[in-house]
Formats: sequence, structure tokens, C-alpha cells
Amino acid sequence: MTTETRPDPLGPGFDVPGSEIRYREAFNRTLGDELRRDPDVFIMGEDVAGGAGREHLGIIDSWGGAFAATKGLIQEFGKERVRDTPISEAGFVGAAIGAALTGSRPVVDLMYFDFISVAWDQLLSNAAKNRYMFGGQGKIPITLFARSGVAAGYSAQHSQNYYSIVAHIPGLKCVVPSDAYTCRGLLAAAIRDDDPVIVCNHKKLINMSSFVPDESYTIELGKGRYLRRGSDVTLVGMSYTSEVCRVAAETLAGQGIDAEVIDMLSLSPVDEEIVLESVVKTNRIVIVDEDTPRCSMASDIAALVADRAFDSLDAPVKRVTGPHTPVPYSKPLEDAFVPTPEDVVATTVKLLGV
Amino acid sequence: MEITPEKLRWIYTTMYRIRRFEEVLLEQTVLGKSMGVAHTSDGEEAGPTGVCAHLTDRDWIASTHRGHGHCIAKGVDTSGMMAEIFGKYTGLCKGKGGSMHIADFTKGMLGANGIVGAGVPLAVGAALTSKLKGDGTVGVTFFGDGATSEGTVHESMNLASIWKLPVIFVCENNHYAESTPVEYAVSVTDIADRAASYSMPGVVVDGMDVFAVYDAAGEAIARARAGDGPSFLELKTYRFHGHYHADDPHTYRLPEEEELWKARDPLPSFERRVTEQELMDDVEMERIRNTIDEEILGAVKFADESPLPPPEELYTDVYVNYSNPPQGLR
Repeated sequence: MTTETRPDPLGPGFDVPGSEIRYREAFNRTLGDELRRDPDVFIMGEDVAGGAGREHLGIIDSWGGAFAATKGLIQEFGKERVRDTPISEAGFVGAAIGAALTGSRPVVDLMYFDFISVAWDQLLSNAAKNRYMFGGQGKIPITLFARSGVAAGYSAQHSQNYYSIVAHIPGLKCVVPSDAYTCRGLLAAAIRDDDPVIVCNHKKLINMSSFVPDESYTIELGKGRYLRRGSDVTLVGMSYTSEVCRVAAETLAGQGIDAEVIDMLSLSPVDEEIVLESVVKTNRIVIVDEDTPRCSMASDIAALVADRAFDSLDAPVKRVTGPHTPVPYSKPLEDAFVPTPEDVVATTVKLLGV
Repeated sequence: MEITPEKLRWIYTTMYRIRRFEEVLLEQTVLGKSMGVAHTSDGEEAGPTGVCAHLTDRDWIASTHRGHGHCIAKGVDTSGMMAEIFGKYTGLCKGKGGSMHIADFTKGMLGANGIVGAGVPLAVGAALTSKLKGDGTVGVTFFGDGATSEGTVHESMNLASIWKLPVIFVCENNHYAESTPVEYAVSVTDIADRAASYSMPGVVVDGMDVFAVYDAAGEAIARARAGDGPSFLELKTYRFHGHYHADDPHTYRLPEEEELWKARDPLPSFERRVTEQELMDDVEMERIRNTIDEEILGAVKFADESPLPPPEELYTDVYVNYSNPPQGLR
């Protein structure tokens, strides 16, 4: 009799050969892995190499993508598979969908998440719906990645977290890595997945480092993880707010409050069970989301808890979110927009009545 | 351009099949057999027929809300189409798409598209796959005069041009975007002039003459297959009915204008020409018409007798894989 070992949905963990690297390096390394393992994978977007068409002047890979996400890839894979585009989001996202429907596996750099609005009809009307309205014909294995989130004065049109809008749409998937380790596993899973997946890279995470295994791996889409186990309250984070929750939990521990921290990792599909499992144990929940509050992921998770764990609750479901405003520029205004560990601590302490 | 006798028969069969399909569909729509809206393309048969005559099942076409003619010219089964429009489970999309979303990937039909101009980048993507795999296939996108005011069309033309992709942009200028005349909505007299902005050949073609379309498309497709990049064809044509089944075009079109275009009906024009040149005879053409008449009646019978989709089909085909089953909350 043989025993089958199923891979852990959260990847190989930290007890394997690996090293401490930055999020952006994990991202770049994963793109290289996936381009190498599957000839149908190609990358396109604005300035993914940079200086396109000037090879005869000795110019190649001048940018390597915003935040150097794609730096060095054109040297190994060439300009057909690391393809610079004009500023035509609707055109090249639509072309990526057409390429995906006909047997390619495109990875598209949207640069900033805010720019999804320019390509939105192609995502909404084609990527999300074609397979359904064609009765199951065709698949759309396209991965879009974008820098998201509030940081460093990027202001109103370069700071949004539009993941709740994406998660709302049947046919699209959305993942929100929270460190270099989850970035590598979720990006690989997204590229190998047969459906359209949007990968949100929060700007504050891009230069942070964490342990990443040497070998390639995937993290199952739709699986959240525990960043900390605790018994007094559940803190739910996503993207950068998972880090916010982790820091808040340390402060709370100093005040004698034992918080459990959930890192959602995927927002569509979403791991409902991990949230319910935790809140049934802790009986209190604080959901932390940098996005604006109306029709948000925070509100969606709050509704889930109210619907399916009402009897377990000892206190109201709390959300800590940005305000219903655009993201401002000036530092004090920007600081006031984002949920901080202090905000999470204050809300939690009040909720527990201690 | 030389046309073999077999190709000539295929052209007549295809044009008549489109015509008959649309006429019968309109009758069936009046009887309440279809839901939503059906946009018919009778009058415009020469375009898809003359273009698709050069394509194989491995070439891809992207279509529009007025897509029945494109489907038929690409070889899509009329029974599966009729069943789809009747909302039946045996339809090409299991009754989940309807008239505006008919697709058949086995025939290289990348789908009709209900958003004006949205199908155009898909054909560019198909051509990108062709270029990356080096498989020699082409992508053809059909779109109307109305779509040429959409950004996606312009972005697609630019991408196809800078990347030298094997794409053929086929603009079916039927002179009306819904009720809005082309001379009001488009800043040029010949939409083909737009092609110059994207450094590709742009040709004005008599879209009522299948031979003219066949020649122009043949040249453009050969150019694409040879790796010389995209082309743009503007087919001047006319829809004989309204924008959709219940639209009365006389609210915005003069009868005199309609008469002029109907005098150029692509089917009688074809019949006259092949008779004069002794390429086909009346007996053969009548035999073809009878066969198609029966085929389309058979399609209606098939659609009528087919089952409706079971309710659980609501939930399938949203994703290839998804860990939370898509259910409504109750």
C-alpha cells in the first residue's frame, strides 16, 4: 500500500532550504520560474522591459517594470515573451484575454491597480463572462498584477485597493499576498490557474523581506492562514492590513489580550471557514481593511459572521477601514486615511471592554 | 481572384443559408420562440461569406451582436444556433448565451459579443497566440461602423500594427449604429481612411458584392499569413431589417434609400453574375435553396423539440475551478 502525500495548501512552510528575500525579488523570481516551466506563459505591460525597440543602441531592460518587478526577464526570455505595450490598457488586456482563449497563458502588468478602470470592460464583459456565456467553451488563464494600496503620497489615482470590486464579479478571482512567502506561492498558483486572477501587490510590502523557500511552490487559491493563534479576539487582515493586525496583536499581548490573526490571502474565492472557525472560538472579531468601507471586503466578511456565527458572538462585529473618501496626498491626511495598528488596538480594547 | 466551382457553390450555399436563417428566425421571434433581442444580418451576407471563404477551422473570428452571419460563414451548425436562440440546452452555449453570445470554438468562432467593439481586441489576442506559436493562423474581427468610435478598435489597430500581427479588421459599414446615421457619427466619409493612421492598408469594398469581398479579403488574409501584418477592409453594406427584430427602421431610414440598397441585394446579384458567366445554373441554385430551406426548418424543429436547460446549469461554467460553490444566499 502506498501513502500519498498531498501538498500543504499553504506551501512548504519555513522548515525547508530558503533565504530571506524582499517581496519584489520573490515576485520577480516566480515570474522567471513560470516563464521557464511553461512555454505558453508570456508577460506584457507598460515598460515591463522598457526602452523597447532600441536594442540597436544597446538599450535593453531600461526599467524592468515599475518597482523592477520584471527586471532581467527579457534577457533570458526575449522580447516576444516579455512584451512592452503602449499605454492601451483596454487594448492589451483585451488582447491578453483573446490570447488566453486561444491557448496562451498571459501575465499582464497593469502597473497601478487604479488603472484597472481603463481595462474594466474587457475584464467585466469578456474575461469574467466569456466562459459562462459560451456554455463552458474556452478558458481564460490570464494573470493580472498591479501595485495597490496607500503609501508615500501616491494620492488619489495611484493608491486604491479595488479588490472588493474585483471580488464582486463572478468569473474573476483575486489574491492579496501579505509577504514575500505568500507572494511567491500565490503568484505561481495564479499563473497556473485556468481562470482570470488579479494579484494585488501592496506598495508597502514590496520592499519588505521574509523567508522564501528556494524551490518553486504554490499556495492554494481560496485558503487563508493563521498568522497568530489566540483565544480572546479574531483580527482579520488582508494584503498590508495582515501586517497591521500582526503588529497590533503584539501590542495587545502586552496588555494581556490574546488575539488570533487571520491573513485572508485570497478574496475570491474566499476562505469563509477559517473566519468562522476562529470566531466560534474567540467570540469576537475585528476586520481590518485599508479599502473604503461601503460594499467592501470588510463588510462582506462582517455579513458572513453575522449570518453564520451570530450565536457565537459576544460583541458586535467591528470593522476598521479607510473612510468613504478618495486617498489624499499630504502626509497627515494620508496617515489619517489608513488603519494603523494603534487603531486596531483601540477598537479591540474598546470591544473587549477592558 | 480565381474561384473554384466548389468554392462558388459554398459561397452561394452560405449566403442563402444566412438569408434563410435570418428570415425564419424573424418569423419565429414573432411567434415568441426567442427571448431578449435578435439582431439580424440579412442584406449583409456577402461580407462574412467572402471573408470566411478564405479561412479554416483553425483561424479565429471575433464577432458582434449581429453575429448570425459570421457564425454561419465560419461553419457553425444552424440547429445548434437556433436552439441557442430558443434558450435550449442543446444550443451551442447550452442556452446560457443566446443570440448575442453564440460561440463555437471547434469552428474557430470566438463568440458574438454584446458590447460594441469589445470583440476586436480578442482577435488581436488570437493573432498574438498565432505569432507566439508560429502556427500560421489568422485572427479576423468583424465590427460595425458604430464600433469604429470605440477606443478598443483604435487601440487594437495600433497594437496589431506595431506588433505586425496577422489580423484582418473587417468593418461592416451598414450605415447605421442603431438609429444613428454614419455620416453624423463618424468624421470621415470612408472609414477605411482610418487605417492610414495605423500604417496598414485600408480598402473600401462593395459589401453587397461577394466577389469584391472575396478578392479584397483574399489579399488581406494572404498578407497576414505571409507575416506582413494587419489590414483593414471597409465593407459598404446595408441591413435589410431594423437594428433588432422589433425595430422599425422607417423611423430613421427613407424608403427610397432602402429601395436603392435592396436593388443591390447580394443574392440576386450573385445569381445574375454566375448565370451570365455560365458558372452555375438555375437548377443547381434551386437545388441548393431547397436543401437549405429544409435545413433551416429542421433547425427550428430541432430547437422546438429540444429540452430547456436544467436549473443546476445556472451554477456551472463560471470558473474552471472555484473552492466556494457559487450559490445565491437564501
